[in-house]
Amino acid sequence: MIQPGMSGTAVAADPAPPAERLPRRRGIEFTLIVLAVLLCVYGYCAVGLAQHGTVPPGAAGYGAGLGVLALLAHVAVRLRAPHADPLLLPIGVLLNGLGLVLIYRLDLETPADQAAPIQLIWSTLGVAFFIVVVFFLRDHRVLQRYTYVSVVGALALLVLPIFFPSVNGARIWIRIAGFSIQPGEFAKVLLAVFFAGYLAANRNALAYSGRQIWRFRWLQLPTGRVLGPIVAIWLLSVLVLVLERDLGTSLLFFGLFVILLYVATGRTGWIAVGLLLACLGAVAVGRLEPHVHSRVQDWLDPFASITAGQGPNQLAQSLFAFAAGGMLGTGLGLGHSVLIGFAAKSDFILATAGEELGLAGLSAIFLLYGLLVERGYRAGLALRDPFGRLLAIGLASIVALQVFVIAGGVTGLIPLTGMAMPFLAQGGSSVVTNWIIVALLIRISDCARGQYDGTPAP
Amino acid sequence: MTKYIRRAIGLCAVLLVALLVNAVRVQVVQAPSYDHNPANRRQAIARYGQPRGDIVVGGRTVTGSKDTGEQFRYERTYRDGPLYAPVTGFASQLYGTTLLEGTEDGVLSGADPMLAPFPLLNGLTRARSPGGTVVTTLNAAAQRAAYEGLGPRRGAVAAIEPTTGRILALVSTPSYDPALLSGTGPAASEAWARLNGQADKPMLNRAIRQTYPPGSTFKVLTAAAALDSGVVDDVDAPTMSPDPYRLPGTTTSLTNETEGCEDASLRYAFTWSCNTVFAKLGVDIGLDDMTRTAAGFGFNDRKLRIPFSVAPSNFDLRLDKAQLALSSIGQFDTRATPLQMAMISAAVAGDGSVRTPYLVERTTAHGGGTLATTGPRTLHQAMSASTAQRMRELMTDVVEKGTGTVAAIPGATVGGKTGTAQHGIGNSGTPYAWFISWARPDDSTEPAVAVAVVVEDAAAQRGDITGGGFAGPIARAVMEAVLGS
Repeated sequence: MIQPGMSGTAVAADPAPPAERLPRRRGIEFTLIVLAVLLCVYGYCAVGLAQHGTVPPGAAGYGAGLGVLALLAHVAVRLRAPHADPLLLPIGVLLNGLGLVLIYRLDLETPADQAAPIQLIWSTLGVAFFIVVVFFLRDHRVLQRYTYVSVVGALALLVLPIFFPSVNGARIWIRIAGFSIQPGEFAKVLLAVFFAGYLAANRNALAYSGRQIWRFRWLQLPTGRVLGPIVAIWLLSVLVLVLERDLGTSLLFFGLFVILLYVATGRTGWIAVGLLLACLGAVAVGRLEPHVHSRVQDWLDPFASITAGQGPNQLAQSLFAFAAGGMLGTGLGLGHSVLIGFAAKSDFILATAGEELGLAGLSAIFLLYGLLVERGYRAGLALRDPFGRLLAIGLASIVALQVFVIAGGVTGLIPLTGMAMPFLAQGGSSVVTNWIIVALLIRISDCARGQYDGTPAP
Repeated sequence: MTKYIRRAIGLCAVLLVALLVNAVRVQVVQAPSYDHNPANRRQAIARYGQPRGDIVVGGRTVTGSKDTGEQFRYERTYRDGPLYAPVTGFASQLYGTTLLEGTEDGVLSGADPMLAPFPLLNGLTRARSPGGTVVTTLNAAAQRAAYEGLGPRRGAVAAIEPTTGRILALVSTPSYDPALLSGTGPAASEAWARLNGQADKPMLNRAIRQTYPPGSTFKVLTAAAALDSGVVDDVDAPTMSPDPYRLPGTTTSLTNETEGCEDASLRYAFTWSCNTVFAKLGVDIGLDDMTRTAAGFGFNDRKLRIPFSVAPSNFDLRLDKAQLALSSIGQFDTRATPLQMAMISAAVAGDGSVRTPYLVERTTAHGGGTLATTGPRTLHQAMSASTAQRMRELMTDVVEKGTGTVAAIPGATVGGKTGTAQHGIGNSGTPYAWFISWARPDDSTEPAVAVAVVVEDAAAQRGDITGGGFAGPIARAVMEAVLGS
């Protein structure tokens, strides 16, 4: 099936998605949002009751703040994306609210470092971005025009922190007026736009042209002219991240690239080649880079530092926290995950959830993320334009990969790489980015579910 | 493209399942081992997160808990800490637990599964029960009498109720305040370093963990062995022993510090503590009977727990005749804890059997429900009842007209035996003064108390009279305290 020279969009069209107009379900969204806010207020009160025996004085204000934010987002969706999937926004509100509760809970143990109020400011900013995107991005296909602008922006954002001092061993922060921003977070969305735009435009060339390697149909490499730019971008991103010691994000970009390439072309061979490259890269980095090497050592034996008499390291403390939670957890405010140390509110926030909410609560959180990802994929499936499909899948995959990499890291499944748990972890750039991702998914799902609403596509 | 999207969803599902399975591994399968990892501070935080249960002496708690509001929240406090330290031990956040605080830790800390009303439910919710109470057998008056009697001198007292084995007093001096080791601050670590560095070892429990040469008090055992084995039939018959006595196979001669020991009767030799007579008796009895009797009283027993472990007292199993002669008067390698000597005295006071000494009367849950009680148990029959009867006569003679007259108490029958144990290279060390005794109220058929006292720094004066002079008054004070309560 080698068809050199074929390009364009008309060839090999996908089967048409089910032609149905789904009900709007905005009432369900509203109800779920109210429940999510109430659940978070309950959690906030539970922390106060466990720690001081009284409902915290800020409970009403916290509930009102979260409620108003959620309501504004809901109104924006009602006005501009009436067909959107009703689960996306409530999941975002619940995870963000829960993150605020966990950070507030950890703040009580660290009086010198109050992170929850700052996180609330960032959450507000995130919801503002959400509203802006839902209001002003009328159709996601507009973004396809900015494929190359996105990649330039993404690279610029990635390179930026090199000019700033490193924080805790990673050179991924820039500090402006007391706020620290992680530009790599925003780069994720831009890179997803670029991958989706480029692959949507070139997927046929990628899938059907090129040279077959040694009679294996699945090992067919496309021409360098088509493959070259995207591999170059990808390698550049990973290189920059390795320089900045942000291994988690480079892993994320790699996964994103492979998934989108596979979905766009259906070529298994590429995945094999990609995995091979990744393994080579990982081994090289693991050997040469001491920071990464020690992470791998920790993963292989989390208790080595205890045996050596140096006390438990962060991963060991994290495992202790999860273990202490058991099936049902100690209850909010009653755990000791603060023993983990400085990253307890950011990279290790999940350990607090695991200890205080137990396996039951942790599974619920994982399932919430799973649902968010599944809804993203579903929006992609329901669309017909390749760009929208790839964008939805890219955004959902960002969430999925990020959750897997960080959750797998703190529970000892894979080597630890510093990353933020979407919505849950302390980190302003991360919260804003995740709200933008949810906004884009809402926009896409609105198109997907309302596409036979009579309005013509632009 | 749809097919590949579905496969990508499958990949995400696999990742999700991997996370969930791994969470089960960490939180359920591996949780017990992680929870009990010594580097995991949660156990200690939970342990000190609630007030510790109390140790009770004579209906009054001698311990308490103080809320510090810190991570290890409740600290142990002690009432009359130095007085009861040889019994309570300490409960320290930094240095762990010892003695009753250690052996009864499950009850006191609330971790004992017996404290939970619904153990299965507790396993799921991991709730910790409030700490239970440990009621001791101690007699507060006797304990105080012993402690004040020893005063600033190095020494120890053990007192037992002969009919049951209940420990009535267990004192070691100099003592220390276990409250100094509570908490996590620098004060605790400084106290720890200071207490461990002191020359007179205040944290050494001399009553149960230190063995001393028992000296002449060991003659009680030798006399009992002589009577039980039939070497001596009549306590008033001459024993055909020379003075001085040349140790068999050597040129060394053993002498006495009192007159009239040549060919003396057992009664006279016991009353006036003739070394020559008992050295020869030991050889006549023979190694087998001597070691059997010593084992019957509890020597060489490595398994004794009261409930914390007691250092084994030693009587060598392989001795030549000269060594046996010296061992039979409590010298050479013979060593005994004060508790062991109290057990010997108690066996004489009773029917010749040795009861297992015990310190915990019962343990109760926080609400008052009894968890466990300890009762009298016979450890060994050390001698026949008739031998015990004759031994009581001999010991009574010591107090009525011999070396132990200081221990006499009006209104009670008191038996005793003095001892001065020489030690050090060439006997250069200051001798240890011993006194073991028992008392029976005149209106009772049962003995009330058996006691052993050792004082390490018994001045320069030598001779058996020293044991009576230094240790006897302390023994009397303890016996009076028990009789009066």
